[in-house]
Order: sequence, then C-alpha cells, then structure tokens
Amino acid sequence: MSLYYVQKLLFELNRDPLVRKRFETARDELLAEYELTAEERAAILAEDIGLLYVLGVNGQLLMHYSALIGQRWDEYIAAMRAGVEKHGPVRAGLYSMLKDRR
Amino acid sequence: MSLVFAGVCSHAPGITGRAKRADPRLRDAFYAKLGELRARLEAAEPDALIVIAAEHFANFFMNNMPAYCVGMADGYEGPIEDEQWLGIARRAVPGNADLSRRVIGALLEEIDVAYAEEWKFDHGIMVPLHFLTPRYDVPVIPVNINCQGPPLTPLARAYEFGRALRRACDAQPERVALLGTGGISHWPATPDSGVINEAWDREFLARFVANDRASLISYTDEETLRDAGQGGFEIRTFLAVAGATEGATGELMFYAPIPIFAVGCTVATMTVR
Repeated sequence: MSLYYVQKLLFELNRDPLVRKRFETARDELLAEYELTAEERAAILAEDIGLLYVLGVNGQLLMHYSALIGQRWDEYIAAMRAGVEKHGPVRAGLYSMLKDRR
Repeated sequence: MSLVFAGVCSHAPGITGRAKRADPRLRDAFYAKLGELRARLEAAEPDALIVIAAEHFANFFMNNMPAYCVGMADGYEGPIEDEQWLGIARRAVPGNADLSRRVIGALLEEIDVAYAEEWKFDHGIMVPLHFLTPRYDVPVIPVNINCQGPPLTPLARAYEFGRALRRACDAQPERVALLGTGGISHWPATPDSGVINEAWDREFLARFVANDRASLISYTDEETLRDAGQGGFEIRTFLAVAGATEGATGELMFYAPIPIFAVGCTVATMTVR
C-alpha cells in the first residue's frame, strides 16, 4: 500500500493549479513522481472514486477531488457506495476503523 | 483591549453548496441564526477575527502536520474548492500579519504552535465568513487544529490552547473576536454522509454551553469515532473556544440536524468576561 502517496497526489491536485494542469496534459509523467501501486495508479487514471475510497483515501481529499472532476454530490456518494459493493470494505486508513452506519 | 466576542458555528460545505436541497424551513431558520450571530459579532466591533478551524487538507498534509498552526499574513485567499460546487466565489480575504505575530509570540510562551505565512482557506473558514463577515472587511487570523490526520492533539490540550489564546488576545490592544468552527457528530464525505447522532450532539452542546471542562475533555477518540464519526474529532475547535472563555457559560442559539448539509447545524456563543 502507498496510501500516503495517493493522498499526497490528491492533496496537491486539489490545491495547486499547476499540478492540475499537468494532470490534464502530462498525467503519466506526473503520476510517475508518486510511489503508487498498480491498483492505485489505475484508480487515479480511471478517476475511480469508489476504488479510491476503498483503498482508504480520506473523504476530505476525495470530496474535493470529486468536485474537481465535475461529479455532482449524489454521484460522489453513489460512487463510494458502488466501490464498497464491488471491492469490499475500506482497506486502510481512518475510515477502515468506522463501523457501517447503514 | 482584549477578547470581545466568542462564538461557534458549523462550516459544512453543503450549507452553501447544497442550500437549495435543504428543507427551506430549517435552512432559513439556521441562516437567520447565523445572521443573528453576525449581528452580535458586529456589535462587538472587532478589529480582527480569529477563526479556529479544522481544515481539510487545504494547506496541511501528513508530510508535515502541525497540531496547531496560526496564520501570519496580511492576506489570504479562498475557497480552494470549485466555486460552483461550494457556492462561494474565490476571493482575497484580509489578514493582519502584525497582530498575528504578536498573538503567536504570546502563544509560544505556553504552547508550541506552528505559523504559516501562506494559507488558502477551504470551506471550513469560507462558509462561516460567507455568513458572518460577508463584506470581508474584518481582518481574519486563521488557526488550525489538526482534526483530520491522527495522531491528534488531546482534548485537554485543545482546551489548554484556548486558555493560552485568551491570554494572548488579552495582551493585545486590539479588539479581538474568536470563532470556533467544526462539526459535532458527522460522517462527512463518506457513504454515511448525512448520518447525525443528535443525542450525542445535544449532550456535547450541553457540556459546551456549561463550559464543563472535565466532561468536555472526557471523550476518548475511540468513543468519538464510534459515536460521532471521524467528523466528531472537530470538537477540538469547540474545546478551544471553551478554554478561551473558561469560567463563563454559553448560549445555544440554534441546533438542528440538516442531513443534506451532512451535519447538525449549530450556532452558539460564549459569554466573554
């Protein structure tokens, strides 16, 4: 797992217009600068919010990223739920300690 | 002068970003109380507003995470979020680096705070400012307590930080207002967004307005995570305001769960003696 670096990438994407520009124009080159597993890299390339949530990305990073890629609120919530349905419970990070409230 | 105002309010991004989707009756009642909080803040005629927030990875990350950080710039900007998504346009916000420097210097006598000369506000500060200083004519001093990336500062330390901040404010000639902003129980930005533990919230708020330090600091993070979600960690901002007004009690002006805002919406003040 390199959850730290997935989150760092999203942190920098969310707040830095230059990183956002590189994400659009040179995504492979940008991603090479972060120590990502193949699964993490694929999730980022596919903008797969559900898988990123299951991998343990903090929702405060994921929510901003979701807005950045143009998702509406309900799409964001649905994507996380679909991710858990498909991939199982959150695997790491703070959210893996939360019990299911539903 | 000294501290002239102390209050708390919610800051969830849905409060502005998903305004149209809320029950209009509840939403408008909440907005009205925020308006009343604004009137009380204005009546205190502050020279500066210290906002104790629990930011959400806008400036601070796990590569170098301060437990406490205070802004020290003459200006800030925000929100970092998509403007349409948040419903607040990006803009400059005035600061006061000189006052920040003096407050930080006084704080360092007691608490090891970090400082930052750059700071981009996220919804955690922009939503309260949108309602409380909509003309952006009051210089803001942002304060962050790390409530997102554990390990977190203990609750007793958050209260102690508030005490130290009070002494630091009282040592300045300016009239300083203090606002704490955090959620109580909530599971923001997760599939459980919208879940609110109203009973837990009401118990916490009773302890807060009573300014009962012993009961306020008695929650363990394990209990908070279980009963109030990861968003519950943001009670540290309330505890700091309670510490800054130790010996005084408060007034709960508004509380109502508004699920589409993903938080029990809260407005309260503390008496400043």
